[in-house]
Amino acid sequence: MSESRQRIWAPIMILVVLVFLWEALVTAFNIQQFLLPKPSSIAGNLVQVVVLDGSASRGDSDAELSLDNGFIVLLSGELTPEVWATMQEARWLEFGLGGRSVSVLRGSNLTPILAASWFTLKEALGGMAMGTLAGVAVALATTRWSATREALLPFAIAANSMPIIAFAPIMNNWFGIDNPFSKMAIVTVMIFFPIMINTLRGLISVDSRSLELMHSYAASDSEILFKLRIPNALPSLFSGLKVAGALAMIGAIVGEYFGGPRIALGVFITQEAALFRFASAWAAILVACLIGITIYLVILFAERLALPWHPTFRA
Amino acid sequence: MTKPVVVLENVDMIFGEGAADQVHALKEIDLQIEQNDFISLIGPSGCGKSTLLRVVGDLIQPTSGMATINGKSARQARLDQDYGIVFQAATLYDWRTVAKNVQLPLELMHFSRTERDRRTQAMLELVELTDFAAHYPWQLSGGMQQRVAIARALSFEPSILLMDEPFGALDEMTRERLNLELLNIWRKTNTTVLFVTHSITEAVFLSTRVIVMSARPGRITADIAIDLPQPRNAETRSNVRFFELETEVREALRISEGGQESNRAPA
Ligand SMILES: Nc1ncnc2c1ncn2[C@@H]1O[C@H](COP(=O)(O)OP(=O)(O)OP(=O)(O)O)[C@@H](O)[C@H]1O
Ligand SMILES: [Mg+2]
Repeated sequence: MSESRQRIWAPIMILVVLVFLWEALVTAFNIQQFLLPKPSSIAGNLVQVVVLDGSASRGDSDAELSLDNGFIVLLSGELTPEVWATMQEARWLEFGLGGRSVSVLRGSNLTPILAASWFTLKEALGGMAMGTLAGVAVALATTRWSATREALLPFAIAANSMPIIAFAPIMNNWFGIDNPFSKMAIVTVMIFFPIMINTLRGLISVDSRSLELMHSYAASDSEILFKLRIPNALPSLFSGLKVAGALAMIGAIVGEYFGGPRIALGVFITQEAALFRFASAWAAILVACLIGITIYLVILFAERLALPWHPTFRA
Repeated sequence: MTKPVVVLENVDMIFGEGAADQVHALKEIDLQIEQNDFISLIGPSGCGKSTLLRVVGDLIQPTSGMATINGKSARQARLDQDYGIVFQAATLYDWRTVAKNVQLPLELMHFSRTERDRRTQAMLELVELTDFAAHYPWQLSGGMQQRVAIARALSFEPSILLMDEPFGALDEMTRERLNLELLNIWRKTNTTVLFVTHSITEAVFLSTRVIVMSARPGRITADIAIDLPQPRNAETRSNVRFFELETEVREALRISEGGQESNRAPA
């Protein structure tokens, strides 16, 4: 128990120390934000605080409102429809309203970043589903008919060594740049190989005594498949899924670098960088990382549920 | 007279025939086992005991010679599910609990659910693992794993039990208790047992016949009938005849190992 708690706290402590060092070094050496923004300004893109009325600061406002798009607004004065409309537009600008000087001290990008992340996550998950299905299907087929293994393996290896940078624009042409399916196809191709090769290894590398035991009971091929090979392959399928989970977000975002709808995360990052809003681009990258970690954790959790027997999970 | 259960005729097993490292694991094996025989195979390590068991169980095909089981080919006997096998290693499925491991052959042989549960329960009681029914193999000691494997092999009352050093990993007390249990099951059912062991005492105590083998090439060098009264029990071990037979087997083993050298000497 205390050991597992330590396992959680150690990386968190390291993270906190690193972030402080980062902030301190960027400040101390006065590093340009296009090279490396401060963690605080990256975080600022994710923290939903808008302060209206230049004189106001958080805490001494008359009203604190939480609005339905997630903004927390601190303002002195009335929240008129005009103020509201302007705020919707506001990101970085200062603007005046009703004779008052209003400045947005900190404009948040959380809403667009979350929207873009959700769009890209769907592409990544769709690609993962297709790639996993294809990988497992091919692995099962090549286990059943070993002749197909020799026939298909070269193609699988070729697909794996295909540079994704060359492949992404082609998929965009095939399916249309705004069609999420083009990104799903990229993810599918990227994760097919790790899934297929891991599953195949698990299906084939069955202990010879376990196999003899099945033979001694005169078990049929399909009984051997369902009662021995597939359970034996589950741990390596999950190793494949963990690799695939990390690749999926990367694949979708890289695909979007070569074009995609404005709401896509990869497009958002490129645009923000092009407009010198580096802190905002970094914030989007941070969210992409967090999503990647979340996918990994979900797979880890599913693994625990599916493989309660696995010695790795010794209590 | 009943028909013999196992007939091996002139069986040879050569691994990697023709290769530089070929192993002549079995040579000119002739063996006949009658219904209800309890046969122990004993011999030095690497002499081909496991190989002989695997030939009988149709897990490997002999290089030459014939294996006939219950009047049919070994293959047919395997397809008819005549064998219960306990390997030298427990060979449990990691993803199945103890109870589920015992049930594996019952599932494959389409026993009804209630019958499966009943037999699993009875077998786990026999090997004293009732409390561990829901445990996974990695949570058991080596000896406990081996007891699960024994329960699994006995659960469907096979007509032939092939046991490869099943009690090798167990402590003396458990071993003696399971020896008695095995004899019990053997007496109650019509099972024929082919049993590999390194223990002379165990071989003499359990068997109706002890087969002594020599190594490289593996061949049968002695076939000793154990004429101790049935049923065997604790008193059997203090029978004078018990010691005589033990000595006889020990002597046969010594000669079989020594004979190997004298075979080479004249060449
Ligand atoms: N599949 C195989 N391929 C090649 N050689 C084998 C194979 N199985 C067994 N052998 C060889 O055959 C010989 C007999 O092996 P076997 O396992 O039957 O011995 P054993 O009498 O059971 O020994 P132990 O008492 O140590 O278990 C050994 O020399 C072994 O190396
Ligand atoms: Mg052996």
